[in-house]
Amino acid sequence: MTPTLQTFLIVSAALFSIGLLAALSRQHAIFVLIGIEMMLAAANLNFIAFWRFGSQPQSPTGVMVAIFSIAIAAAEAAVGLALVIAVYRHYRTTNVTKLDQLKG
Amino acid sequence: MNTAAFIVIAILTLAGALAAASLKKLIHAALCLVAAFIGIAAFFFLLGAEFVGLVQIFVYVGAVAVLIVFTILLTHREDESTAGFNWTGVIIALAVFGGLTWTILQTPALSITPPPIEALTVKRIGEVLMTDYVWPLQCVGLLLTAALIGGLILVKEDR
Amino acid sequence: MTPWIVTNLWLIPAVPLAASLIILLLANSRGRMARALAITGQVVALTFAIVAFLRTLAEPGYRASHNFTWFTFGAHTLRLGWVLDPLTAAMLLMITFVGLWIFVFSIGYMAGDRNFTRFFAYLSFFSAAMLGVVIANSLLLLFVCWELVGLASYLLIGFWIHKPSAAAAAKKAFITTRIGDIALFLGILWLYRSSGTLLFYDEGNGCLEATGLLALGTSATFVALLIFGGAAGKSGQFPLHVWLPDAMEGPTPVSALIHAATMVAAGVFLVARVYPLFSLGAVDGVTPSLTVVVWIGVITALMASLIAVAQFDIKRILAYSTVSQLGLMMVSLGVGGVAAGIMHLLAHGFFKALLFLGSGSVIHSCHHEQDIRKMGGLRHLMPVTFLTYAIGMMTLSGVPFFFSGAWTKEEILHATAHWSRSSVPSYLMMAGVVLTALYMTRQMIFVFFGTRREASELATGQVRPIRHRTDSLRRTGGHAQESPRVMTVPLIVLAVCTTVLSVVLTPAWPWLHDYLNGEPAHFQIGQLIQPMLFVSLALVAAGVWLGILLYRNAGGTDPLAQTQPILFRFLENKMWLDELYAKTVLSWSTMFSRASDWMDRYIWDGLVRAIGAAGHFFGIVTTNFDERAINAGVDESATGTRGLGRFMSAGHSGQIQTYLGAVAVGMLALLILYAWLA
Repeated sequence: MTPTLQTFLIVSAALFSIGLLAALSRQHAIFVLIGIEMMLAAANLNFIAFWRFGSQPQSPTGVMVAIFSIAIAAAEAAVGLALVIAVYRHYRTTNVTKLDQLKG
Repeated sequence: MNTAAFIVIAILTLAGALAAASLKKLIHAALCLVAAFIGIAAFFFLLGAEFVGLVQIFVYVGAVAVLIVFTILLTHREDESTAGFNWTGVIIALAVFGGLTWTILQTPALSITPPPIEALTVKRIGEVLMTDYVWPLQCVGLLLTAALIGGLILVKEDR
Repeated sequence: MTPWIVTNLWLIPAVPLAASLIILLLANSRGRMARALAITGQVVALTFAIVAFLRTLAEPGYRASHNFTWFTFGAHTLRLGWVLDPLTAAMLLMITFVGLWIFVFSIGYMAGDRNFTRFFAYLSFFSAAMLGVVIANSLLLLFVCWELVGLASYLLIGFWIHKPSAAAAAKKAFITTRIGDIALFLGILWLYRSSGTLLFYDEGNGCLEATGLLALGTSATFVALLIFGGAAGKSGQFPLHVWLPDAMEGPTPVSALIHAATMVAAGVFLVARVYPLFSLGAVDGVTPSLTVVVWIGVITALMASLIAVAQFDIKRILAYSTVSQLGLMMVSLGVGGVAAGIMHLLAHGFFKALLFLGSGSVIHSCHHEQDIRKMGGLRHLMPVTFLTYAIGMMTLSGVPFFFSGAWTKEEILHATAHWSRSSVPSYLMMAGVVLTALYMTRQMIFVFFGTRREASELATGQVRPIRHRTDSLRRTGGHAQESPRVMTVPLIVLAVCTTVLSVVLTPAWPWLHDYLNGEPAHFQIGQLIQPMLFVSLALVAAGVWLGILLYRNAGGTDPLAQTQPILFRFLENKMWLDELYAKTVLSWSTMFSRASDWMDRYIWDGLVRAIGAAGHFFGIVTTNFDERAINAGVDESATGTRGLGRFMSAGHSGQIQTYLGAVAVGMLALLILYAWLA
């Protein structure tokens, strides 16, 4: 049975959900970032899957989007991790439940 | 497309992802994340986007994962545990998965087999980058510069 | 081409007015400059008056006027102007000349007064206003100056502001003349409405000229009577005479200038000026308005001379004498002897001023004693005053030949004798002549003859004198003596003038009579002796002889008071007229004003306060509404919003994972929605 588009999409959905799981259910800040990266990767997979199964003749749009997405993800990961380090320096904690200054 | 390859890669990726989400020790989770990323790269190869897959490995595995490891290194505390589990998140994640899957299965137009394609060469990607996608390329460059500077500023020690 | 003097006739009142305004700006201490300015102003006015007079000699019946437009309103134009004719010129000369000598007299009389400067300012102002009345060619301009004259009179009567009696007298004068002025104003309005112009002489269009009089028609009588009302007020005719005797509260120069020579003459002058209105449609020289004038004049003349017989204040006697003479002038105008009346007016100006100044000299040297019972034997102590006073008295009484008063009085008697309506005025006026001689003789005997009473009375401390100021007591050491030269020289000048004036009044050379009537002068020596001359001589002799007989031995009391006490008291109390007025007019007026006050206080004020209360009530309602309803509503909504906010902010836990979870759930919901809708 050749994997249909649906299969790929379900896989990417699963990856996305796992990423969401990691972001929502773990208390460590880095786990949240891990989850976010995973969600981004899942989205990339989605794009490429659609590109592959898309209309003929193909345009490289899907691939381009994925490439740009990866670049953006890298930038965002860098900034996010820098934030984590800065927060750690200031608050001496990486527990996101303890960072509730926005409460109110 | 080989079904067996698909299944193996899928299992690798999902297992790695699950492990990354649920392992107690942070460094283990990071390494499982690497596995998940490699799995995704393999998916890209399977789908015929070789360039993207390689880029995935370079960037995600080579940069992002390494960054994560460095950060773990810099913010590690002996006394602090990474335990603490929030079951509400699990429910939400499951709900989202359920919703997404349901949506996907509801759409019959998506159950198509992979059509034959001609390979997308790197040359082609380069051409396209420099012509149609030159503006997004410049923007991404700017973004990366900003991220670099921003990151530096964020972690700068105040004296 | 109107001559220069006619076009610039306005200079005659303008110069004293300017002097007055400058003096008003001066400090109180600059008395010398004040008197210099006033006298200069008067001299300049006199000069111009002489120039004007000379102009009128060019032809008999000279009349030139200069009119100009003051302003226009809609279709009407208001024109003013001045006129120069024999009447004007004669009055100008008399006013400026007599006024000048009264100014000079005042320098001595008011020498120690604190408000010396103010006095001369008011005197100049009065002079300006009076001259304005005389030159006016428009009834409106005349009325304006008329009112200014009344104002000046008020200021001068009440000059000694610290005396309540002076203030009351000034008020009485102003209000009484005001009643007359209302009539005058109504007359002006009526005249303007009927004839469309207020100018007297306007190249044939004036209200006194043919076309104007024609337009008036029968309303001329009423207009004339209304104008006479104003004249009666100003000239002290019955029943508006009550202010004149009280006006003696003012300083004696004021009495001389205003209440003898000039202001009171303004009424007679006015009647003479608008005479064509009175005489319109005359049948045998008689019209209804003129008849009224005659009878009022007769009543006034007789009544005033009777009262004068019983007065003890030296100035009051002269005041009533003035009222009586004015009545006589009005009679003369009424019976048709216009020239005779004006001649008597001019002569009266001279000799009455002389008499008042003489009495001022007496008062001044008797340390402001004014009761004739406290004087006596002054003819040795004050010879110059005595002599000049005697000349004045003889002129007033009508001693013939050398004194002008006789000639004019004779002319008036002549005119009244020929009145076609009735001969009663004639006989009554003859009685008046007798009375005049009588009371003047009485006054002379009491003041100048007999023994000096003041010292003895004061020594025994029996009687309290009528005093006004006592600082002159220190100077003379308590004894009467002749007044300083600055006061006696005017007396001498005026005495000389009254005598000289008689030259142009004789029937042999009735120059003044012809001049005023606009006829060429003629000289007829044969006319010198006339039958009426003997009649008047007989009357005057009778009066003087009666006076000497009655009062020959009069000491500190009046013999008539003893023989006829009831009559004497009736006359002494001015026939109780003031009291009558107080009971009737004044009490009604007080009642009315009290009623108005009550209305104002309770009804109008109550109305205003009711409206205020309504506003206040409305204010309370809105305040409460604002506070309870609106404010409370706003407060509640604020509290509610705060509560809501508090409730909503509970959702902000600050936990980023919560936020992320919410986003995920939202996204899921949207996804399901899209999938379902598609």
